[in-house]
Amino acid sequence: MTPPKITALSMVRALNEALRSALDEDPKVLVMGEDVGRLGGVFRVTDGLQKDFGEDRVTDTPLAESGIVGTAIGLALRGYRPIVEIQFDGFTFPAFNQIVTQLAKLHARSEGVLRLPVVIRIPYGGGVGAIEHHSESPEAYFAHTAGLRVVTPSTPEDAFWMLRQAISTDDPVIFFEPKRRYWEKARADLSSPPAALHAARVVRPGRDLTLVAYGPMVGLCVEAAEAAVAEGRDLEVLDLRSLSPIDFDAVQASLERTRRMVVVHEAPVFFGAGAEVAARITERCFYHLEAPVLRVGGYHSPYPASRMEHEYLPTVDRVLDAVDRALSY
Amino acid sequence: MSTDVADAAGGEGGAPVRAHEPELVQLLTPEGERVDHPAYAIDLTPAELRSLYRDMALTRRFDGEAVALQRQGELALWVSALGQEAAQIGSARATRRTDYVFPSYREHGVAWCRGVDPLSLMSMYRGVTNGGWDPHATNFHLYTIVIGPVALHATGYAMGVAKDGADMAVMCYFGEGGSSQGDLSEAFNFAAVNNAPVVFFCQNNQWSISTPYEKQSRVPVYQRAAGFGFPGVRVDGNDVLAVMAVTRAALDHARGHNGPVLVEALTYRMGAHATSDDPTRYRLAEETAVWERKDPIARLRTYLERQSLAGADFFAHVDAEADALAARVRDGLRSMPDPGPTEFFDHVYAGQHALVDEERAQFEAYLSTFEETTR
Repeated sequence: MTPPKITALSMVRALNEALRSALDEDPKVLVMGEDVGRLGGVFRVTDGLQKDFGEDRVTDTPLAESGIVGTAIGLALRGYRPIVEIQFDGFTFPAFNQIVTQLAKLHARSEGVLRLPVVIRIPYGGGVGAIEHHSESPEAYFAHTAGLRVVTPSTPEDAFWMLRQAISTDDPVIFFEPKRRYWEKARADLSSPPAALHAARVVRPGRDLTLVAYGPMVGLCVEAAEAAVAEGRDLEVLDLRSLSPIDFDAVQASLERTRRMVVVHEAPVFFGAGAEVAARITERCFYHLEAPVLRVGGYHSPYPASRMEHEYLPTVDRVLDAVDRALSY
Repeated sequence: MSTDVADAAGGEGGAPVRAHEPELVQLLTPEGERVDHPAYAIDLTPAELRSLYRDMALTRRFDGEAVALQRQGELALWVSALGQEAAQIGSARATRRTDYVFPSYREHGVAWCRGVDPLSLMSMYRGVTNGGWDPHATNFHLYTIVIGPVALHATGYAMGVAKDGADMAVMCYFGEGGSSQGDLSEAFNFAAVNNAPVVFFCQNNQWSISTPYEKQSRVPVYQRAAGFGFPGVRVDGNDVLAVMAVTRAALDHARGHNGPVLVEALTYRMGAHATSDDPTRYRLAEETAVWERKDPIARLRTYLERQSLAGADFFAHVDAEADALAARVRDGLRSMPDPGPTEFFDHVYAGQHALVDEERAQFEAYLSTFEETTR
């Protein structure tokens, strides 16, 4: 059952391996959600797990997100470590009350007595031509709530290790999976974790400007940085990996090297993670800045019908347009 | 036990239950007469009967003291359980120590029976903490202010109990107002599908703040259980003996791997919803007067006196105990220290979190500037 050390695999497979190894190592780990059992999940992330670990460990639940998260809280109070799958980003909201008023607060309410080691996996983001409510990026709601940890991998290797780390965390973790990257294969070292759960990472070093991204937009920013080489620009790409907490020391260090920053995410720009990064960087290193921190992201509109989503979502050109503006100061 | 519960719910063989006249399990009439019920029997010793009276009387006393202390500014708020003592004491005394109890936020009598100090309850309503006690010490979960979510926590906990094969049941308290929340329906369904050993105990006190039950639902709460596939039963919530008998049967049913039970205890909220509420704006004094005649404590006292199960010395002793409890609560509350100014940072996360650390350091540095200027 031990996965190969270095291999090329998809994020779906990496997540599956992470769940499998966690189920294997700790009898208190449970996987629960809609269609996660016999079907293996609508994205097949839980494929084969019920067959190998039984219905008592890998459980198909009734179709009720509040019920799924609420009973996961009860199971955690009983000593279990439930990993919950919310089928799509837009279906998180029936569980929002349970997550925000209960899951996030019970540890504090109990003055540290109660532990809530619950992982909520949410496939998120657009670009896959889906119907309404299947392409959203609701991460800001959760990062705004104290008591939750919010992380999102961008590669299969990170997906494997960050999910393992999330499962072993004694706090609730909202684990956002960039569904448009689910099937991209990449080499992954499954022998030792590349970084701590909440550490940001420089994906591509550069001197002229830092592109800050996470989840689905990391790959796009790397593409943008490669395209910018032709224009003689050397862009750094920083993968935040974690949105609560954000590794601001890493963001600051990068900014102090490049002095210019553009934050890119699919979520609407207004009140988004980019606003927080821009504000913190302005507070921390105002005199290092050669230009305001700019943001590229979704617009203040409901997520559009899929024939319009490529206008709504950040593209390489929109990122490079922001880079041009930042460099024009 | 499972068939008892099912029969009491008006199942096959019984008369069809009409929405306006549901069957009510009763063992002690409002006049203090002991009556029998075909499905629910209870046989308590005189000492046990007296201790039920004592628990109800002491609960009423510290509850009333808390209302007074709120008026004096010692509590930010209090939600009185006045009138619901039989529903709370009868059901709590039916639980075993090993059972796990999820309250709502008015279960002061249940807390008392589980061994939670009334001062701990009051520390939350004073504003000292959002919790107040260690749930593991008494198997009594924290009060939950948001109505609804806790039913799913109880169900999940019970699902864990079933996985563990533990010989215990889970109690979940809610009100008839809470029964309107979607989480209650989801909890009923998850509990039924998973055959979870949980007893859903509804105190129908007939008023959710100003909204009467007829505006809450078209059917009695207990009848909903049938739609989810498990038994429901309605009990006279002001009859401590009936509540205890019905809850015992329900807990035995759950412990015996027969799945959940819904118990509806029909009672009445004699006081305001909370100390900030004014019930004269929405209900008639005549209605409250009718329920005063069904008082749960007076009812048991009449029975104890008529049957010569307790004498004047017993009641005098309980009164003295109540006075001492009230004095202890009053003194304890008045001398309860406020939390430190940075304690809200203490338990946001179980592990280290960089943002909390950073903000705490900033705030402590800010506070230290005041210390320097006052030196």
